[in-house]
Amino acid sequence: MDKMPKWADVVLVPVVSLLLAAIISVIVFVAVGQNPWEALKLMAYGAVGTSDFLGYTLFYATNFIFTGLAVAVAFHASLFNIGGEGQVLLGGLGAAIVCLFVPWPHWTLALIGGGLAAAVFGALWVVIPAYLQARRGSHIVITTIMFNFMASGLLVYMLSDALRPEGQMQTATAIFPDRTHLPSLNDVAGLFGSDLFGRSPVNVSIFIALAACVGVWLLIWHTRLGYQIRAFGQSESAAKYAGISAVNITMIALLISGGLAGMMAVNNTMGINTPQLVDNAAGGAGFIGIAVALMGRNHPVGIIIAALLFGALYQGGAELSAATSIPVQIVVVIQALVIMFTGALDQMVRSPIEKMFMRRSRAAAAGE
Amino acid sequence: MTTTAPAIELKGISKAFGPVQANKDISIRVMPGTVHGIIGENGAGKSTLMSILYGFYKADAGEIFIHGQKTEIPDSQAAIAAGIGMVFQHFKLVQNFSVLENVVLGAEDGAMLRPSLAKAREQLKTLAEEYELHVDPDAIIEDIGVGMQQRVEILKALYRQADILILDEPTGVLTPAEADQLFRILGRLKDEGKTIILITHKLREIMDITDTVSVMRRGEMTSTVKTSDTSPADLAERMVGRKVLLRVDKQPAQPKETILDVKGLNVTDEAGVHRLKDVSFNIKAGEILGIAGVSGNGQSELLEVLGGYTKANGEILMNGAPIDLTGATSDGQSRRARGIAHVPEDRHHEGLILEFSAWENTAFGYHHDPKYQRSNILMDNAAILQDAQEKMDRFDVRPPNPQLAAKNFSGGNQQKIVVAREIERDPDLLLVGQPTRGVDIGAIEFIHQQIVALRDKGKAILLVSVELDEIMGLSDRIAVMFDGQIMGERLPAETDEKELGLLMAGVTDTDKPHTIEEIEQNLAHAGAGATKEV
Repeated sequence: MDKMPKWADVVLVPVVSLLLAAIISVIVFVAVGQNPWEALKLMAYGAVGTSDFLGYTLFYATNFIFTGLAVAVAFHASLFNIGGEGQVLLGGLGAAIVCLFVPWPHWTLALIGGGLAAAVFGALWVVIPAYLQARRGSHIVITTIMFNFMASGLLVYMLSDALRPEGQMQTATAIFPDRTHLPSLNDVAGLFGSDLFGRSPVNVSIFIALAACVGVWLLIWHTRLGYQIRAFGQSESAAKYAGISAVNITMIALLISGGLAGMMAVNNTMGINTPQLVDNAAGGAGFIGIAVALMGRNHPVGIIIAALLFGALYQGGAELSAATSIPVQIVVVIQALVIMFTGALDQMVRSPIEKMFMRRSRAAAAGE
Repeated sequence: MTTTAPAIELKGISKAFGPVQANKDISIRVMPGTVHGIIGENGAGKSTLMSILYGFYKADAGEIFIHGQKTEIPDSQAAIAAGIGMVFQHFKLVQNFSVLENVVLGAEDGAMLRPSLAKAREQLKTLAEEYELHVDPDAIIEDIGVGMQQRVEILKALYRQADILILDEPTGVLTPAEADQLFRILGRLKDEGKTIILITHKLREIMDITDTVSVMRRGEMTSTVKTSDTSPADLAERMVGRKVLLRVDKQPAQPKETILDVKGLNVTDEAGVHRLKDVSFNIKAGEILGIAGVSGNGQSELLEVLGGYTKANGEILMNGAPIDLTGATSDGQSRRARGIAHVPEDRHHEGLILEFSAWENTAFGYHHDPKYQRSNILMDNAAILQDAQEKMDRFDVRPPNPQLAAKNFSGGNQQKIVVAREIERDPDLLLVGQPTRGVDIGAIEFIHQQIVALRDKGKAILLVSVELDEIMGLSDRIAVMFDGQIMGERLPAETDEKELGLLMAGVTDTDKPHTIEEIEQNLAHAGAGATKEV
């Protein structure tokens, strides 16, 4: 007998968490002298109100799908990869290098080459933490978070020195050649005479993100590797008994995780309106991925839904601070509240709901 | 005064956990100065009932009377105040404290320790004389053997003025000689007017020392009888609800060629403790070799080495060819490829992934088997599901639902899932660790039959169990382990529990008389290993 029905686990818990976050957000808005209802309306408008806004929401959601999947794959092996931020930056470096130095004949080939490079660079960035975890027992949380700082330092160095074109003031690479620029979804819609996504940067890499969701679903639940990853994640001692190598699974799961995080860079470099790599290319997506994975219960479908929600929150929040006198810090607070309630405080909401269902099923059993 | 009030009387105790009714309308009376046994299968509700009596759980309904007084027991402090003492299966002792400090812990008289310790020292001396509970008050817990630790637990209860003592599966970690010693102490306590409640699943203990016995089944107290009016077979039937075979029904073994040959096996763990010391034995086709011993004397390490997850020095020949003990092919997958299947000691942490469904567990360890693959990359989940369904039908796993998570099956049915998976591999060698730990009697019977059937097919079986009855009943040959060594081999027909018990305590000259002190010294000397795990 499970503690509670599946729908409660998948729907009720996140919804209650969001409501709690909303209640505290209302208090925050009131405290800074804003009308919460107006703010909410503005945020919703900012997220989906115009074709531009909707496009931006999808653009951010694409980022969060990649980082959410990255966290989820590692999580199935019971490993907490919080180095998504750094892996994204390295992925960006990989994408930038192949886009700038390889003369791609067409964007489709550039997408494959750039995507591979981004994945490989992201995966490489997790090799040392993964090795230290697998062989030396150094905790992956500590090492990956430290690697985030190193990635950020490395990127600033590359962008202010090696990869910065002469005469450019900005710490960024040169703008990528046209043939590496991924078509935006609006270009695609334009083929059908539509202007669905305006001038937003949402681009074809959203399809790569969705394909990655299918890939992760297949990997985790339909391959031998996924079986071993889940078995190892659930019980290390049982995995040992079954002859599943802890070292191999730790390495492989983390490399896949790093690769998925790295691939986000395709969206954020080759896909944006001015394709280039800038120094804050990750923009916190690596961390939001943790909340996305937690809220999405490490399942690709859940991750898509959670990524859309966080995409809307991110974009709506940006509009809110642009359109009102609400300081941008307050918007960050709201986002943090949602992450905190859906992610870190998940158990706080979950256990009372579980207890409630236990009581109900006991009452039902007693009434028989 | 015409009649004495019962020491404990429970009236209509009920307790539910969620939809599970752990205790249903339970009533018992235990007279003072008697030993009352409570017997029942795993999950019958024995522990829940005792936890209610000790204030860990609050009953949903019912009343408790202590010496005729209606008593509320909201917490363990109240239980202690009412004169109830509890000796848990897993001791609650601070390992690096002395005996004296453990006895005083939680019952100090004031902020300063010295007066309490002095008082306790005096009292321990009195108690020791009164009940033959001799323990060195200054010994550190981690340096003394399990039997001694258990005595400290009893002393703790007596120090707190307990006159009702509850013991939960007290003999699980003891050698037969230590168990005898414990029963002598309990007899002495009873003579002094203490009331004792003994919870156990061992029929023999009930017969040996109780005056009355209550049988629990599925949360209900099905009967209470005088021990002198019942028999082991009768009790077993009352526990299970049908007639059960207590003896394993098997023909004499017909051993053939040697399957497994272990020579000079040594294992040193990460802490530098020498876990296996020059272990050598062999098993022939069509034979069950039983390894007896108190838990923690190297049996687990032996299984781990053979199962491929602990590295070792020495030599192991399987069907005449050596197996890799340290290199790249010393893992569990390679062992399985060599025809070694393994029902591990701990099904919760090794044999099963509790969160996985039953069908996923069916492929566990054999996830590389070609029949479970759809292609090079994808697994054939439908094939695994079907295989699981068939195995569950053949082994009568209940409920026969392969989609159910392993954690939702009872102990016996979980074990059947593991046994089905391993036995149906038709291995040349089957390793079996504690096959019936936490398994109900009905399933024990079935699992034993399966093991014997595999032997009769001409396979070799290594059986590790801490239950001497199981070893004596199943094995064709018995090796006894103590402190990482094999103390000797015996044939079941030519030995008895007493001799095996002495070997289990490291005494090899078994024909001479030995005192309990000598045995205890041996056991304590065997080191922390003996207390590692229960």
